[in-house]
Amino acid sequence: MMRRIWGLMYRHLALYRRSVPRLIELMYWPVLQMVVWGFITAYLAGVQNNVASAAAGVLLGGVLLWEAALRSQMGFSLSFLEEMWSRNLGHIFVSPLRPRELVLALMGLALARTLVAVLPAMLLAFFLYGFNILKLGPAVVGFFAALVIMGWAVALGVTSLILRYGQGAEALAWSVLFGITPFAAVFYPVSVLPSWLQPVAYALPASHVFEGMRAALLENRFDAGHMLAAFALDAAWLALMGWVFLSQLEASRDRGALLNIGE
Amino acid sequence: MPALEVEALVKRYKPDRPPAVDGLTFTMPRGATWGLLGGNGAGKTTTIAMLLGLLKPTSGKVLALGHDMERDRFTALARMNFSSPYIALPHRLSVAENLRVYGHLYGVARLEERIGELAEELHLADLLDRPAGELSAGQKTRVALAKSLINRPELLLLDEPTASLDPDTADQIRSWLERYREATGCAILLASHNMAEVERLCGHVMMLRKGVVVDQGSPDDLIARYGRGNLEEVFLDIARAPA
Repeated sequence: MMRRIWGLMYRHLALYRRSVPRLIELMYWPVLQMVVWGFITAYLAGVQNNVASAAAGVLLGGVLLWEAALRSQMGFSLSFLEEMWSRNLGHIFVSPLRPRELVLALMGLALARTLVAVLPAMLLAFFLYGFNILKLGPAVVGFFAALVIMGWAVALGVTSLILRYGQGAEALAWSVLFGITPFAAVFYPVSVLPSWLQPVAYALPASHVFEGMRAALLENRFDAGHMLAAFALDAAWLALMGWVFLSQLEASRDRGALLNIGE
Repeated sequence: MPALEVEALVKRYKPDRPPAVDGLTFTMPRGATWGLLGGNGAGKTTTIAMLLGLLKPTSGKVLALGHDMERDRFTALARMNFSSPYIALPHRLSVAENLRVYGHLYGVARLEERIGELAEELHLADLLDRPAGELSAGQKTRVALAKSLINRPELLLLDEPTASLDPDTADQIRSWLERYREATGCAILLASHNMAEVERLCGHVMMLRKGVVVDQGSPDDLIARYGRGNLEEVFLDIARAPA
């Protein structure tokens, strides 16, 4: 099983090993985001009041952590799309690689792409703006993990739509999480949202992560409740989206869509 | 145990359309090379896709190397392989990297040794470090064939295995396939429009038309039965016969 998972991961990692532009592309957006938000926070810190300084930390923390979810989702979805664009899915689906192994390989690739994308932005935040995300303590690992898993779950949903609707659904691979951003409480607390929208926000693991991050940054406390809620929701979304993906894969086998996917 | 047992296989893509494959039944022994022939739209691709588990049959059963392709297809797939010029290998990976990927997916032991063997036998040694996308059509066909042999399959499904190859290379590939079958007892099911190739390689031919096997037998039997000079003329007789 591990060998098959590695086989698919190797197919993608071999490309990155040889292509510096591909590696730079991975880091480009997170670093650019960090530069822009870094200047905004520098401006806010220049206002010289405590509220503005605290907001600066919350903004930079939000940018860094949200990038983990974005890169995880895109890393998964784009790895699948690359197989489709190279018209290689036919070979993969007639190999002994099980669907769950395909999913695990895509998850592994998404994690690798996330680390490559987010680590430079973290270093930039520290060296240029003096913001150290690690000051959140060990909880930061939990925050990152919860968001990476949420990225996987969303990507499974996107991939299912690509299997169902083909190339017409490709744009979702880039855009879907940006659409969720307003409800994910990345830069403001859930309480800011209208009361009817708050249950929607609380159904997302990200909202609990960012509430937990704000508790750590602003109140210097670890909110175990939000952390547990984030992982419980991750498990539920991952199970649901995993089921949707496997169902779509089976439906595609029935329709014959796997014969010409990507063409 | 036969290489393939196919029983009453039907595929209907839409309920209001005629089936693409309608009641296909055959048993293919191990060590045999069979041909699947038919014009465009006859149901060859649909049949091969169902044999590989890539397409779910509407009804019927496929047993590949004794494994039910609906319940236990991954065990069978590890012992089978497939090649088609119409499904690409990743273009930006080198030939060696492509073979490595599939070697891992098929769990091939001593992978680098196996890649070396195939490179020598299929004359790929000079191409191993070149990106697959930069190869000529004939070179790509040879690489696709190497990929399909990476796991020393017991059952090999080939779609147009010598498409785009010059006559000399195509002849070498056919000879190599014959030797591989004799040495390993691999069963080969071949879909091809090259009738000379089918005549040379196949001991048994199934003629498909509108999803139904309209005739079958050895190439010599078919040629004699239709009173023709070669398999191509038999093919044309069957393809042009009134429905």
